[in-house]
Amino acid sequence: MTAVQETQTAAPSARPVVRRRRLRKPSVGAVIVYAASAALAVLWLLPLLWALSTSFKVETEASLGQDIHWIPQDWSLEGYRTLFERGDHLTWMINSTIVSTIVTVLTLVLCVSAAYGFSRFEFPGKRIIFGAIIAGLMVPGQALIIPLFDLVNDLHLAGTYWGLALPQVVAPVMVFILKRFFDAIPKDYEEAAKLDGAGHLRVLWNVILPLSGPIMAAVGIFTFIGSWNNFLWPLLVATDPSMMTLPVGLGVVSGGYGLFYAQNMAAAILGALPLLIIFLIFQKQIVKGVAGVGLK
Amino acid sequence: MTVNTEAPAAAPAAMTRPPTPNGAKKKQWAGLWFVLPFAAFYALFLVWPTFLGLYYSFTDKSLTGRPASWVGLENWAEAFGDERAWAALGNTAEFTLYSTPPLVILAIALALLVNRARKLGWFLRMAFFAPFVVPVSVVTMIWIWIYQPDGGLLNHYLQLLGIQDAAAPTLWLQDKNTAMWSVVITTVWWTMGFNFLLYLAALQTIDPNVYEASSIDGASWWRQLWHITLPLLKRTTALVIVLQLIASLRIFDQMYLMTGGGPDRATEVAIHYIYISGFEGYRIGYASALSYVLFILILIISIFQFRLFSRKED
Repeated sequence: MTAVQETQTAAPSARPVVRRRRLRKPSVGAVIVYAASAALAVLWLLPLLWALSTSFKVETEASLGQDIHWIPQDWSLEGYRTLFERGDHLTWMINSTIVSTIVTVLTLVLCVSAAYGFSRFEFPGKRIIFGAIIAGLMVPGQALIIPLFDLVNDLHLAGTYWGLALPQVVAPVMVFILKRFFDAIPKDYEEAAKLDGAGHLRVLWNVILPLSGPIMAAVGIFTFIGSWNNFLWPLLVATDPSMMTLPVGLGVVSGGYGLFYAQNMAAAILGALPLLIIFLIFQKQIVKGVAGVGLK
Repeated sequence: MTVNTEAPAAAPAAMTRPPTPNGAKKKQWAGLWFVLPFAAFYALFLVWPTFLGLYYSFTDKSLTGRPASWVGLENWAEAFGDERAWAALGNTAEFTLYSTPPLVILAIALALLVNRARKLGWFLRMAFFAPFVVPVSVVTMIWIWIYQPDGGLLNHYLQLLGIQDAAAPTLWLQDKNTAMWSVVITTVWWTMGFNFLLYLAALQTIDPNVYEASSIDGASWWRQLWHITLPLLKRTTALVIVLQLIASLRIFDQMYLMTGGGPDRATEVAIHYIYISGFEGYRIGYASALSYVLFILILIISIFQFRLFSRKED
């Protein structure tokens, strides 16, 4: 946390250096650095670009054994059209959106509430409960799939949105992060609100939450991405194609399309698109969030 | 996944919160109500399955739903003598061994490069991190196709460069010798961006004055890298390696989608074997015992990670 603050304070002081450099002629070293990093970045994007290019080809051009063309010779939306005619891609996308939204909303509500409770109150059993939750940071979810599957079955939730979503809601790490953030908010603000007769919920809603925008955004985005990309759990619970999430549907059903590569890559591109768009919109928060892992 | 953003301005002062005059003694039941909903979820979906799994590991519980009976340590004994389980654990270790070095070294190298090419910063960060937000099945769909023996992108270029004989194309995912490496390469492409961002963030907190002083002393770029930059990145590297170990022990998705554990079980990993025992072999009891072995392994590494985190907190 301190290091994040350092980056912020370091930014303005670094600016004059950059400006001074701009006046000088770029050195050979700098040119090499820029050329090399740009080349590597393009190389890194090639698999995605190749998928994108193929998705706009007609199947005959996309099929194996043809010459490799990075630019389609015969531009076509055939792949996308057949995909939408089959319809299941749209179903999976809707399923993923529903599940990820449930997970994100519930995670935010439950974790914010718990973090606020731990941060602002003394109550019997607090240390024990908090300790148990911290211990949960070390429990690997994947090693629990067998009993968890059995539990969800017993609750008759298998193959439902709730069965897909609820087990993903338990995120001790988010409680931990939010609590630490709330701890750092000065109590003076709340005292004033309490003097005006505000209850605990009002204090949380009117005082704490408005100050917690960035951390809520970060927790929300990461929960959404994590849930959207979850593969193993939905693979177990959603066995009916109509209940599958996008990653499972693409992996299990679309894997069987076989030789329709343009259609296959159209599915891949559409599968990647929602999160790539979210990533582009929230790039700043995401980069900062990842950085926070190492800097706290 | 851990998240962090900056605290409000007054944070440092409030960190060491002095006990409020009367708050410390007065118990506030209201707090319990705020904690309870999460605690209930936590108990149901995390604590309960943890104990349930342990209990199942001592029974012959089956997915078919027939009544389970207590079998004592039978499952555990079988697990320790199960060659297929050991092989799966070995494959998991092999994957970890192959994937960790490139995931660390590439991430450092690219972060060093991008740190110096700041004007392209936005584009470079996007390019290297973008694959990380792509769902695993999209990643594997694209790479399975790139790896296609006949006419796939990779073999096409290898043949163009004269490295590969067109008459004997490499069967990347179907050959025992290349399958693991193929999955490793795909994984490196997919997840490197996360480590890269960690290193980039760490690099950007290094005070430029550190380098200025040594530049005046005439230290070369290489010397600065070895004696200043890398030592300052030590903590990040420790973190990256620990996170990588935990992620590798839990690997499943890529193998399941790309090779299905084959050829000849050469890429069958721990979670995959648990999945097979439980959901294809219907042996919930045995799969639970296997899960617990993995659970304990991950727990050991996690404790390590926990210590790493808490040391910094002090």
